[in-house]
Amino acid sequence: MARVVAVTGNEAGAEALRQVNPDVCAAYPITPQTDMMQRFAGFVSNGQVDTEMILVESEHSAMSACIGAAAGGGRVITATSSQGLALMWEMLFIAAGDRLPIVMPVVNRALSAPLNIHGDHSDAMGARDSGWIQLWSENAQEAYDNIIQAFRIAEHMDIRLPVMVCLDGFIISHSIERVEYLDDEVVREFVGEYRPMNPLLDVDNPKSYGPLILPDLYHEYKRAQHEVMGRVKGVVLEVASEFEKISGRRYGLFESYRLEDADLVMVILNSAAGTAKDVIDHYRDRGIKAGLLKPRLFRPFPYEEVAEALRNAKAVAVLDRADSFGAYGPLFVEITSATLHLDKRPFLINKIYGLGGRDFLPEHAGQVLEELKEIVETGRVKTIKEYIGVRE
Amino acid sequence: MADMIEIRWHGRGGQGTVTAAKILADACLSGGRHVQAFPEYGPERAGAPLRAYNRISSREIRMHCPVLHPHVVSIVDSTLLDGVNVTEGAVDDAIFVVNTSKDPKEIREKLKAKPTQRVFTVDATKIALDCIGRALPNAPMLGAVTRVTGIVGLESLLEDVRKSFGKKFSQKIIDGNLEAVRRGYAEVREG
Repeated sequence: MARVVAVTGNEAGAEALRQVNPDVCAAYPITPQTDMMQRFAGFVSNGQVDTEMILVESEHSAMSACIGAAAGGGRVITATSSQGLALMWEMLFIAAGDRLPIVMPVVNRALSAPLNIHGDHSDAMGARDSGWIQLWSENAQEAYDNIIQAFRIAEHMDIRLPVMVCLDGFIISHSIERVEYLDDEVVREFVGEYRPMNPLLDVDNPKSYGPLILPDLYHEYKRAQHEVMGRVKGVVLEVASEFEKISGRRYGLFESYRLEDADLVMVILNSAAGTAKDVIDHYRDRGIKAGLLKPRLFRPFPYEEVAEALRNAKAVAVLDRADSFGAYGPLFVEITSATLHLDKRPFLINKIYGLGGRDFLPEHAGQVLEELKEIVETGRVKTIKEYIGVRE
Repeated sequence: MADMIEIRWHGRGGQGTVTAAKILADACLSGGRHVQAFPEYGPERAGAPLRAYNRISSREIRMHCPVLHPHVVSIVDSTLLDGVNVTEGAVDDAIFVVNTSKDPKEIREKLKAKPTQRVFTVDATKIALDCIGRALPNAPMLGAVTRVTGIVGLESLLEDVRKSFGKKFSQKIIDGNLEAVRRGYAEVREG
């Protein structure tokens, strides 16, 4: 029987990791991830998992240890946030380049300077091009479900890539919500026995990871990484469909909320999408066709499917909780690329919101929808990129 | 009451306000309801004013932002009445529960509550001193909020307090807190 509990996002994440019972965890604490790894370390100390916990002196070392353990042939996890992910940056590319299926919850938090511990997406967006698969989660339930599915995706024999599962710092990681936990046996059966591929500990069959590859073959190696990303969408959908059978909860490449016939569309990642859904309902009650697209799989990005979903939209606002200073927000760039080949493109605007934990309120979603309405009425976009909720 | 009940707690760091919001969320899970409990994270210092929030709904809760229009405002420390606008955004039929030894009518005047809003008081600090020997008013406030809102039965609440405090504290402290919840429930008065 599934258990219904009231827990924080961090607690739900730690519970998923306990149920999976990985071989190795190397971690270093950083707010707001700390409490997830602290709980997991508790499971290790209490003998509730068989995991070998490696306490390291930095996130760079955490990811290095994960790489070693995964290349050795183990099922490996870690978790981080913000500066911690930034410090791992160099090693992220090695984990992906070596095709090591490490699973890492990322509790999204702003980057310094100035110092800020609160939720935004700058950290994970900075790791966008590292070759990791990225799944994003609206709430604690989705974080729990995504972490469990991440193992199946990462370890799929056609893929073998690391996966980060993103959830909003504090807004989700430290808020208590209703979550349905699956039974331990159900989770263990779902993720299955770990199948190593080319493990270094198989000393009878020696091999090496990450050797020097000169211009004669590096280009082809990277092309292979591009190639494998092409298989991820199919695996994500296959795993989601099997997950639905054990949980009753349905996942896709992204969530479409009242999108089919929507004229005005907001595209939002993670927790702010929930707040926007309530506002969309109010607009629908007034007869205004508003809808939402919430990406789940951000890397690889499902361009064709997103374009198809936005085909009938008249105006689209892409909301970014991260900025690329002097350029458009990272999500906006993907949505404009996706819609580029449509015969009839919607108007597109980019809103930067919620940096460093600034609240995303219903009134903000309302302002965005009002602006989209005006754009459709006048046929004119005034400003493509603008910050919302700025204190004057 | 509305489909979704939104509660705002005002307290000071170290009074157990955040714990109260968490216990209430847990107790309200019963009957398939959806719940949220979350504090506003600022500099975490003992004595600093803080807010915490609850949402309780029969439907999935998707809002992920502070409660702006509370149905219930629970003021765990009455010294905040002078520095914080505790009535801000409260709905027209909001319920206020204030920890004070003062007369509820006096508090109603101080809050300038609308005629449609209800004001309750309970001397939660005194109850806490009597029951647990410390000025930790969260347990009696939980009892009072539960009584005036009826969002959960007293027995369910007591069970959750037992569960929550049972992890960390001795039987004596647990019993003291249970008694404090019961007294908060019994002694809350309307003004």
